[in-house]
Amino acid sequence: MTSPVLLIVVVLLPLVGGIAVGAMKAAPAGQVKLIALGISLVELVVVALIWAGYTPSGTGYQFATSLDWIPALGLGFSVGIDGVALVMIALIAVLVPIVLGASWEEKLPAGRTIGGYFALLLVLESTMMTVFAATDVFVFYVAFELMLIPMYFLIGAFGGPKRTYAATKFFLYSLFGGLMMLASLIGLYVSSKDYTPTGVGTLDWAELRAIANQIPESTQLWIFAGFAIAFAIKAPLFPLHSWLPDAGAEAPVGSGTLVVGVLDKVGTFGFLRICLPLLPAASAKLAWLIITLSVIGIFYGGIVAAGQNDLKRFVTFTSIAHFGFIAMGVFAFTTQAMSGAVFYMVAHGLATGLLFLVVGMLTSRGGSRLASDYGGVAKVAPILAGMFLIGALATIALPGTSSFVAEFLVLLGTFKTLPVWGAIATVGIVIAAIYMLWMFQRTMTGPVRGVGVLLPEPDLSLSIAPATPQILPPAASGGAVLTARHAAPEAVPHAPAQPLPRLRFSDLTGREILVLTPLVALILLLGVYPKPVLDVINPTAAQIVIDSGHTDPAPAIEGANP
Amino acid sequence: MTVLTQAAAAVEGTFAAPAATGVSSAALLLVALPLLSAAILLIGGRRLNAAGPYLAVAMVAVPFVLGVLMFFQVTGLADGDRIADVQLFSWIPVDALQVDFGLRIDPLSLTFVLLITGVGSLIHVYSLGYMAHDPDRRRFFAYLNLFVAAMLLLVLGNSFVTLYAGWEGVGLASYLLIGFWSYRPAAATAAKKAFVMNRVGDVGLAIAIFLMFKELGTTSFDGVFGQIGALAETSPATVTAIALLLLLGACGKSGQVPLQAWLPDAMEGPTPVSALIHAATMVTAGVYLITRSYPVFDLSADGRLVVTIIGAVTLLVGCIAGCAKDDIKKVLAYSTVSQIGYMFLAVGLGAGVYALGILHLLTHGFFKAGLFLGAGSVMHAMNDDVDMRHYGGLWRLLPITFGTFTLGYLALIGFPFLSGFYSKDPIIEAAFAAGGVRGWLLGGAAFIGAGLTAFYMTRLMLMTFFGEQRWKGHQSADGHDYHPHESPLTMTVPMIVLAFGSVFAGFVLASGERLAHWLTPSVGEFAEPHPEILSPVVITVATLVVIALGVAVAWWKVGSRPVPVVAPRQVPLLIRWARADVGGNAINEALLARPGIAVTHALTEIDTTVVDRTVTGSGTVLAAFSARARRTQTGFVRSYALSMLGGTFVVLAALLLVRFV
Repeated sequence: MTSPVLLIVVVLLPLVGGIAVGAMKAAPAGQVKLIALGISLVELVVVALIWAGYTPSGTGYQFATSLDWIPALGLGFSVGIDGVALVMIALIAVLVPIVLGASWEEKLPAGRTIGGYFALLLVLESTMMTVFAATDVFVFYVAFELMLIPMYFLIGAFGGPKRTYAATKFFLYSLFGGLMMLASLIGLYVSSKDYTPTGVGTLDWAELRAIANQIPESTQLWIFAGFAIAFAIKAPLFPLHSWLPDAGAEAPVGSGTLVVGVLDKVGTFGFLRICLPLLPAASAKLAWLIITLSVIGIFYGGIVAAGQNDLKRFVTFTSIAHFGFIAMGVFAFTTQAMSGAVFYMVAHGLATGLLFLVVGMLTSRGGSRLASDYGGVAKVAPILAGMFLIGALATIALPGTSSFVAEFLVLLGTFKTLPVWGAIATVGIVIAAIYMLWMFQRTMTGPVRGVGVLLPEPDLSLSIAPATPQILPPAASGGAVLTARHAAPEAVPHAPAQPLPRLRFSDLTGREILVLTPLVALILLLGVYPKPVLDVINPTAAQIVIDSGHTDPAPAIEGANP
Repeated sequence: MTVLTQAAAAVEGTFAAPAATGVSSAALLLVALPLLSAAILLIGGRRLNAAGPYLAVAMVAVPFVLGVLMFFQVTGLADGDRIADVQLFSWIPVDALQVDFGLRIDPLSLTFVLLITGVGSLIHVYSLGYMAHDPDRRRFFAYLNLFVAAMLLLVLGNSFVTLYAGWEGVGLASYLLIGFWSYRPAAATAAKKAFVMNRVGDVGLAIAIFLMFKELGTTSFDGVFGQIGALAETSPATVTAIALLLLLGACGKSGQVPLQAWLPDAMEGPTPVSALIHAATMVTAGVYLITRSYPVFDLSADGRLVVTIIGAVTLLVGCIAGCAKDDIKKVLAYSTVSQIGYMFLAVGLGAGVYALGILHLLTHGFFKAGLFLGAGSVMHAMNDDVDMRHYGGLWRLLPITFGTFTLGYLALIGFPFLSGFYSKDPIIEAAFAAGGVRGWLLGGAAFIGAGLTAFYMTRLMLMTFFGEQRWKGHQSADGHDYHPHESPLTMTVPMIVLAFGSVFAGFVLASGERLAHWLTPSVGEFAEPHPEILSPVVITVATLVVIALGVAVAWWKVGSRPVPVVAPRQVPLLIRWARADVGGNAINEALLARPGIAVTHALTEIDTTVVDRTVTGSGTVLAAFSARARRTQTGFVRSYALSMLGGTFVVLAALLLVRFV
C-alpha cells in the first residue's frame, strides 16, 4: 500500500482523536485513557504500513500529496516522506503509546484531568507528524509554530512547581526563533521569484531545491541566519539551550520525554531538510560556526550535566551534549556522518526516552527530583536501577546499543573531513561516561539512604506504620561476612541490631516494566542489527550530502577490499 | 620453511580469509551461549539463584569443548589454511563504510579462546563455592557469563569495529563485576574509575579506527593489514599515529602507565573476578590488540619503541608499588600490572618476538589466576580480611591452598623449569637483544624487575603463610574471631588444576618453540632473539642470581623478624612513595580529577547565571513577562496565538505583495 491517504491519516488521526478525547469530559478516566492509547496504537499500525510500503531506493518524496490550501499564493498543504522523515515519524509513533502508558497514573496538578493531558499529547503528536512530513516550507513553518501550543499547555498547565516560568521561557525562546524563521521564510519566497521558471515565488521544497544553487551566496547567508537561529534554539545548540533544562524539568515526565526525544529533533531535522539542500552555499560557508557550537555543546552539556543535582535537568543537559553530536554530523557533509546524525536522532529518542521515563518513575516514587535525596536505590528497587543502567549505557553509546551505531557513524564520518574536530569530539565519550556513571553511583549505589528513599523515623508507636511496610530482603547468612571488608557501621543497612529502614517505595510495577520493555528491545535490536533502519536512511542521507554540494572524500589508499 | 603469513599474502593484495568449515563454522556459538545464559540469568531473577550458577558454568564449559574441537580441526590443516572467517551479517553499512559482523578462527584467536574458556570454566566452578552464600549470586554469574561472551567477541571479531564492541563489552562486564557489591561505596567508586580510565584508552582505539577508515577506507583486519604497507610508503607518520592510538587503547585496557591506577582499585570486586578479568584475560587484551595489529606495528619502529618504553616503565612501577602494599590482592594486582609490562615489552620488540609476549600471557594466565584464587581462599579463611599483616603461619591450616599457591609463586618469580621461567627469561634476553643503549635500558629494567618480583612475592608468602599466627587473639572488622579453614572442593580443585598449569604450561608451550610455530600464521615467523651484548646463558644465570637475591632480601627484611600488625608509619620516602601507588593516583587527582570537578562546578554555576541570563536577554524583561504570565496565563497564550496569527498574516501579505505587485 503506497496510497498518500495513509500519510494524511497519520497526520490527522491524532488531531481528530485528541479533540475527541478532550471532548469526553463525562466519560470515566479509565475509558478515556484506553481510547487515547487505542488511537495512538492505530497510528502506530498505520505508520508500520507506511514503512512496509516505502521504497528505500526510490527518489523524491513518497506517499506525497498536495491539497489546495491557499491557491492564490500557490500554497498547498503538501506532505510526503523520504527516509529521514519516515524514521522520525516511526520514532514518534513508537514513543507516543509508550509515553501514554507511562503517564497512566500521572499525578497531575489539582484541577487537571488525565483526559485533557492525553488529548494534548495526541494533538502534539499530530503537529509533530506534520512537521516531519511537510514538503512545503510554509507547511513546515506552520506546523513548527503550532507544535508549541499543545506543548505550552503541557508544560504550563500540567507541569511541576515552576511550570509557569518554564512554559513562559519555552515560549519566549520559541517565539523569537519563530519570528526569525518567519523573516527568512519571506526572504526565501521573495528571492525564489527571480529564479523560478515562471517568475513566481514558491515555498515548495522540490521547486526550491531545483533553484537552490542559483540563489546568490550573500542572499543565502541572510536567509540561512534566520532558519539557523530558529533551529539552533530548537535543537538546542549552545548557547541557546537554556530554555530546555527548565522546560524538560518542569514538564510532566511524559511530555518531557517528547520534548527531548522528538520535539528538539525538529531543530536538527530543519538543518538537514531546509538549510543544507535549499541553502547549500550558506550552509557550507557557515558550517564552521555550527560545528564549533556543536563541539562546545558536547563538552559544555556533558560537564554541566555532571554538575546537576536535579535528575530531570541532568537528562536534559546530557541531551544538549547529544545534540552537539547530531548537529556536528549534519554539518560534516559526509554520507556516514549524515546517516549517523539521522540514526542518532532515532537512537537518542529511544535512549533518552528510556532514561527520562525511568527518572520519572524514580522521582514520582521518592517525591523529589534531587539526586542527593536518593542513594542505594539498586538495593531497594533493582529492576528500576537496572533499567536506569540500560538507559545510561545506551546514552553513553556502549556497543550493542543503537546509540553506539549512531555515535560511531557521526564521529567516523566527521573525522573523514574534519579530523581535528572529530578527534576532539571523540573525547566527549569520556565525559559521557563520567557524568552518567557518576549519577548512577550517586543515586543507585552505596548504602540505602536519602529522604527520597527512606521515610522519616517513625513516631515511637508502630501503629501508624504504612499499610504495606516495605522491608529489605533479609541478607543471607553469608552476607555479613562478605561485607566485612569494608564494614563501616552505616554501610550495613541490614545489620540485625538496627531497626529496619522504612522505605518509601518498591520496585517497578508490571505496567511500568511493560512500558519500558519495547524501548529496551529496540535499543538492543537496533544496536545489533541496525541495517533495516540504515537502509531507509542511507539513500536520503546520501542525497542530502549531494544536494548540499559535497562528495565523500576518497581514502588515501584505494584498495581492492570492500 | 615458507609459511604464507597473513601479511605476506596481503602484500600481494589478494588476501581475504576463506570461510570457515566444519566445527569452526559454529564460532558464533562461542559468543552466543554465554550471552544467552547471561540474559536468562538476568531476566529470570532471584528464583534462578539455585540453578542459575550451574547453567552459567555449563555455558562456559561448552564453548571450551568447542574451542578444543576447533583447535584440533585447525591443527590438522596446513599452515597456510589456518585462518578462516565466519561472516554473519552486515552490521553497519553506510555507503563506502561496510562493517560486517564476522568472526575469525585462527591460531591467535583460538589460543585466546582456549585461555578464556579454560581458565574461565575453572573460575566459574571456583565461584560456585566462593559465592555460595551471596544472596544475589545468579546476577554475579550472569555478569561473569557476559564477560566471557564479550571477551570472546573481542578476540574473535575480524574487524576493528567488532573488536571494539567486545573491547567496550568487557569494560562493561568489568564495571558491573567490580561494582558487584555496589552498596559498598569503595566498590562503586572503583567500578566507575575503571570504566572511565578504560574509556580514555577507548578514545585512542576509536580514533585509530577513524583514521584507518579515512586513510584506507576499511576497518576489517584483511582490509587494513592488506593496505597498511601502501600507506607506510606514502605516509609513514600516519602509520605511526595509528600504532600510537592503538597503544593508547591497549594501555587503558591493560593497566599500563599512564592509565594503570584503576587496576589495583579494581580489586574491590569479588576475588574470582580479579582472577579471571583483572589477571588472566581482560587486562591482557592490550597485548592481544598489539599482537593482532602486528602488520601496523611492524611498519612503525617509533610506535614499537614507545610500546617497549611503556612496558619497561610499567613493569618497574608495578614492581615498586607491589613491594610496599599490605593488601594481598593489591600486591597481586600490581604484580599483574608489572607482568603485563613484560608482555608489552615483548610485543614492542616487534617482528619475530610477538610469540614471546603471548607465551608469557598464557603462563601468566595460569599462575596469576591460580594465585588470585589462592588469595581468595586465604580471604575466605580469614573472614574476608585482606591485610597480610593480620595473616601469618597459615601453611599448616590451609595445606592445599599453600601448596598450590607456592607453585604459582615459584612460577611467577621465574624459578627454573616452572612456567614463568620459560616465558620471562626469553623476554629478558630479547630485551637485551634490542642492542645498544636501548638494549641495556630495556634489558636492565626487565632484569631489575625480576629481582623485585622475587622480593615482593617472597614477602607476600612469608607474611601470609609463615611466621607467627598474628591473627590469634584478634577479631576481624565484623567482630568475629578468626577460624582459618581450608576451602571446599569447588574452590580447591580449580586451584590444583591451575597449579598444574603453573608448573608445566611453560615447558609444554615453549619446548621446541611449539607455541611460536603454532602462532606463525597469525603473527608472522618467529625469530629467536640473539643478544649481542651478553650471551643468553649469562643473562639466564644473572637473572637467577638476582631472583635469589630478591628472595634473600625478603627473608632478611620480613622473614627473619616479627611482622608488625600495624604498618609502621615512620618509613623512608621511597616506601611512602611506593605505598602511594608510585604517585599514580596523585597525578590523576592533581591533573584531572580536581581541575575537572572545579570546572564542573564553575560551568554549572555559569550556566545558570551568565549564559542563561545573557541569552534570555535580560532577567528583568523575563521577569516582567513571567509576572504577567502568572497573572493571566491563558491570556498570554492567546497573545502568542495572536502574534502567530499576525505573523501568518504578515507572511500572506508579503507573499501577495510579491506575487501581485
